[in-house]
Amino acid sequence: MKMSGALILLECLKREGVEVIFGLPGGAVLPIYDALYDFKGLRHILVRQEAAAGHAAEGYARTTGKVGVCLVTSGPAATNLVTALQDALMDSIPIVAFTGQVPTHLIGNDAFQEADNVGITRSATKHNYLVKDGRDLAPIIKEAFHIASTGRPGPVHVDLPKDILVKEWGFSYPDSAHLRSYNPTYEGHPGQIKKAARSLVRAKQPVLYVGGGVISADASPELVELAELTQAPLTQTLMGLGAFPMAHPLSLDMLGMHGAYYANMAVHHADCLVAIGARFDDRVTGRVDAFAPHAEIIHIDIDPSSISKNIQVHVPIVGDCKRVLAKLVEAVREELREDVPSAVAEGRRQWAAQIAAWKHDYPLRYDWNDEVIKPQYVMQELSNVTNGEAFMVTGVGQHQMWAAQYYRFKHPRRWCTSGGLGTMGYGLPTAMGVQAAHPGQLVINVDGDGSFAMNSQELATCFVEGLPVKTVIINNSGHGMVRQWQRIIYKERYCAIDLPGIPDWVKLAEAYGCVGIRVSKPSEVIPALEKMIATPAPVVLDVCVDKDECVFPMVPAGGANTDMILTAPTREVREKAAKSQTGF
Amino acid sequence: MQNGNEPRKHTVAVLVENKFGVLSRVVGLFSARGYNIESLSVGETLDPSVSRMTMVVRGDEFVIEQVMKQLYKLIDVIKVTDLTDESRVERELVLIRVNAEPQHRAEILRTVDIFRAKVVDVTPLNFILEATGDEEKLEALLELLRPMGIQEIVRTGKVAIARGPKTRGRRSEGPRRPRVPDDPRVVGFAD
Repeated sequence: MKMSGALILLECLKREGVEVIFGLPGGAVLPIYDALYDFKGLRHILVRQEAAAGHAAEGYARTTGKVGVCLVTSGPAATNLVTALQDALMDSIPIVAFTGQVPTHLIGNDAFQEADNVGITRSATKHNYLVKDGRDLAPIIKEAFHIASTGRPGPVHVDLPKDILVKEWGFSYPDSAHLRSYNPTYEGHPGQIKKAARSLVRAKQPVLYVGGGVISADASPELVELAELTQAPLTQTLMGLGAFPMAHPLSLDMLGMHGAYYANMAVHHADCLVAIGARFDDRVTGRVDAFAPHAEIIHIDIDPSSISKNIQVHVPIVGDCKRVLAKLVEAVREELREDVPSAVAEGRRQWAAQIAAWKHDYPLRYDWNDEVIKPQYVMQELSNVTNGEAFMVTGVGQHQMWAAQYYRFKHPRRWCTSGGLGTMGYGLPTAMGVQAAHPGQLVINVDGDGSFAMNSQELATCFVEGLPVKTVIINNSGHGMVRQWQRIIYKERYCAIDLPGIPDWVKLAEAYGCVGIRVSKPSEVIPALEKMIATPAPVVLDVCVDKDECVFPMVPAGGANTDMILTAPTREVREKAAKSQTGF
Repeated sequence: MQNGNEPRKHTVAVLVENKFGVLSRVVGLFSARGYNIESLSVGETLDPSVSRMTMVVRGDEFVIEQVMKQLYKLIDVIKVTDLTDESRVERELVLIRVNAEPQHRAEILRTVDIFRAKVVDVTPLNFILEATGDEEKLEALLELLRPMGIQEIVRTGKVAIARGPKTRGRRSEGPRRPRVPDDPRVVGFAD
């Protein structure tokens, strides 16, 4: 059967189970949009800027476990998309991005809207393709979905020259993709798993350190089983939030630069640290030579290059988190049949008591104020009124850290945040993708006034496409995180951080057909949140907060995790921080 | 990263899919991660769908381990082998344009003879020499020619092959079953 390249693309997407495409048309992809005109079974969501299509695909992928798809045209559209691709690469989010390209005979001619798309996205993707022959189109799409969704997931980019889309080609969709050079390891090495189980059972001060890999592998049930079986306290990275219920007595909340004091202290004093689907990011480790200095480190990860990259690992296990954890649980049960030495039991009792003391003495805290709204309070109440069940998306900055600290996550795949790349403007478009995947469910975008401004045009998409995303702007009239660093480390020399109340977010929301609400008193917060949730339309809730509030605890970049700053800095603390500062 | 390993030169053989863009993926990886390639040579293998790159990279054990892991991460990379500590044959070809004034011509020819090099072009003022060998031999030759005045050198970069019956080229049978290697550190590497 012969059909146009454009139709082949749509047929392939349908067969891959794609339901939604996020896209924006243009010259080079017009044949695809023409084919889409009467194609049944694919929803197209028209975004207002191409990066938003990529982020929306990320939100869709992160919360469903399926591959997200976006489609944009050539040249500037492809370059706009690059940020989303790099974002997905760093956070291991499976998306397939299609871009248009000038016809093959014009490639290299500096044609209108031409860019070297595959050259530009090469380092921002897990893999990329330029389709030069229509007969390769279907196999390439099969491979693209295969590569994006297997191993360590990531973005794959397929560049489609216009003539390939117009011409007719024979079509048959391959059942599977076989790549001789790409065979991810899923099963962990049995000997290593046994060794890990032995260390974990015999450790006096174990800690589990859990990252986004557990979410990607849908390994939460196995993780909970392992934690309960070993009674090991557990801390989650920013990307791992939701992998383990935060209300669980073994939960130590988040670790790292803005992590909980007790999480960082537990990791520092651990004698056995099990890293599961985490990559020892610099925002987690702080100064590497001072990270978990007493621990035997076990690392479970599907990506061999993550192992011993930043921190030397003692027991590496390459494999899929779900399968390895299931095997590890078995191995631990086996180990537990033997008598555990009494010194271990005693050590465990002391460890539990020590952790309880840290939790009691140094909880996450902020100062209440009757007059101005504290951002932490908003997050706390948001968590309460939604009962920890909402889909949460954030921008990047202070609000992101407060959301991570104060929202009490219960389930995996309910949290989307730009962890690795730290992409401001990620919030709203990603929330759109989440909402498209979960109609009728509550999707909240917590954003900052700086971050939200970078993609606020997508309110139009929310309104037109019927995606009732609720945005909570933690509005401190400036780039708060930069301000915090300038305050603590750069001696209050505030530079280029003020966003003085422009635009009026309520009016902007209304201009886009959405509902705008503003609050500036603590007593108004709960009613406003309730009103926002009860409104069926997209809402922007502008919460004017204390602009001086900083995110604590905080480990200055380059500092050890034990050098946490716990409360608003005195001059003394500021000087100490300035000394240990080595770079942002 | 803390370690007691001194940086040294490693010869790494990389088998890749013979497709357009693969070289730039490999080279791009090196520049993106801040590794240095000292030399690189690429050519087809017995199987025309596979190319082989031989690269010389400087680094300590941890850097080389990362280089190899990152290379494996590229979808088009089939196999990566560090030949440094293996028994191997290494060769490089160099073309040298050297001053050949009358009083030096005989000495140059003698040196060429000793090193089993060749004179491939002669003019009244200079010779072009062709020499192959491992790094040490070529360095020694260049050292001897330097006093005569070397005008230009062009080197191919090193190629290397393991000694003995082991083949580094991909065998031509169909896909092989993955094996579980004994060393857990290499689990996940395609073999």
